[in-house]
Amino acid sequence: MRVRFLAGEVLAGLRRNTAMTVSVVLVTFVSLVFVGAGGLLQMQVGQMKDYWYDRVQVSIFLCVADSEAPTCTAGEVSQAQKDEVAAALASPVLAPYVEKVEFETKEQAFARFQEQFAGTAIAESATQDQLNESFRVKLVDPTQYEVVSQYFAGTPGVEEVQDQRRVLDPFFAVLNVLTLVAGGFALVMIVAAGLLIATTIRLSAFSRRRETGIMRLVGASKTLIQLPFLLEGVLAAVLGAGLATAVLWGVVRFGVQGWLVDVLPLFGYIGTSQVWLVAPLLFAVGILLAGLASVVTLSRYLKV
Amino acid sequence: MIRFEDVTKTYDRTSRPALDGVSLDVERGEFVFLVGASGSGKSTFLRLVLKEDVPTRGVVRVAGRDVARLSSWKVPHLRRQIGAVFQDFRLLPSKTVFENVAFALQVIGRNRHHIAQVVPETLELVGLAGKEGRLPHELSGGEQQRVAIARAFVNRPSILLADEPTGNLDPATSVGIMRLLDRINRTGTTIVMATHDTEIVDSMRKRVVQLEGGALVRDEARGVYGMAAR
Repeated sequence: MRVRFLAGEVLAGLRRNTAMTVSVVLVTFVSLVFVGAGGLLQMQVGQMKDYWYDRVQVSIFLCVADSEAPTCTAGEVSQAQKDEVAAALASPVLAPYVEKVEFETKEQAFARFQEQFAGTAIAESATQDQLNESFRVKLVDPTQYEVVSQYFAGTPGVEEVQDQRRVLDPFFAVLNVLTLVAGGFALVMIVAAGLLIATTIRLSAFSRRRETGIMRLVGASKTLIQLPFLLEGVLAAVLGAGLATAVLWGVVRFGVQGWLVDVLPLFGYIGTSQVWLVAPLLFAVGILLAGLASVVTLSRYLKV
Repeated sequence: MIRFEDVTKTYDRTSRPALDGVSLDVERGEFVFLVGASGSGKSTFLRLVLKEDVPTRGVVRVAGRDVARLSSWKVPHLRRQIGAVFQDFRLLPSKTVFENVAFALQVIGRNRHHIAQVVPETLELVGLAGKEGRLPHELSGGEQQRVAIARAFVNRPSILLADEPTGNLDPATSVGIMRLLDRINRTGTTIVMATHDTEIVDSMRKRVVQLEGGALVRDEARGVYGMAAR
């Protein structure tokens, strides 16, 4: 009986205030899209960092047959040159800076390349011979990259010394700025959504003051009097979160996976599975926001 | 049933108190008229019984319990023991007579079976049998007040508070309402009725409590409205 009573009250409240309800849904939706976008951007950053950062800081790429660098005039790197590089890394000059060295063969490089660009055109067209063998060096202090790069500059058989962090840093910087922007918008929109929910509930409480007055008088519990208003706000927020999830899913599915991956196939992108990771957060933020706005408003405008 | 122990209620510090040192005992099953000019403190008295307000000083006891010390989640249980009727009826305009009365039971969690049984009984008691499906605006003022009384009494409270229940009604209709309240009083329900209606008070010959400027100035067992001296 009481569940039916509650459901009836919530629906009646939402209907009575359709325009306000729609605006609450839309504002929560937009604010949660920004929240979700921020989350997904950070997941993109995290995905790339996970892959690159911890394993490798400096890569010493060795010459392949068609390398054009001046140090590669002799063609593909020889076994002797490889041994020389390995010995140099273990020498007393470099050893204090080096934490760990791994050698990556063409097969490993190819496998990693395939994994990283799985499903893209570039992965299909690449061949094993195009990829460099490399020494993957983890430094004790990643900022000491110059020591290694200068040491090997001009060494025969070494095509290039690359600091992976530097390659990725500008991109991370862009993503981080975008995250901040999304976060900023999200914050402003969340404040707007919170205030709008509070106003809506206040109006709703005002238009139903006769009912709630009678409910108080005949001894209805505080929960029963306030819950319909709270549920109204939460329901609207949940609808907004649902819309936001749908839009983010669409953007990732068709915008990132369906478009960006082909247009800009530089690295692996996030997929729809990450959207499902962000979705609970959106619902949680929406529900928390509506709940908080409701509780504060009800305690001020709907005393029991 | 209701006991006021030296109760003072001040709404803000600057103005004079709405109730000023009132002590009063209302026994179970009594019928008490609360009389006095507008602003004499009658409504404040009723609000304190319902814990719509708490006294500034003194103690209000309802059914033996200190109302001010009741925790907020127990207040609804206090109010379930108290029915309340007002001058402006306070019915829900979009609900039928039956629904208006049933509403009071729904919101305290009574099941449908109970409601289907008790609501018609109560409507019959107040003389509205056959009008269950009407909307409030289709009823006369007297009938609307009967609906309000039915709603206040449907949960069989031990106390019924009435704040000027006949204030909007003509004298003939008022007599009908008073007969109804008297009948409810005879079932053992304590009734406290605030009123301006001289004729009603004089004809009923019940206990009369008079407030003036928040102070209790008269308490007579079988009183009339005005003092003979005036």
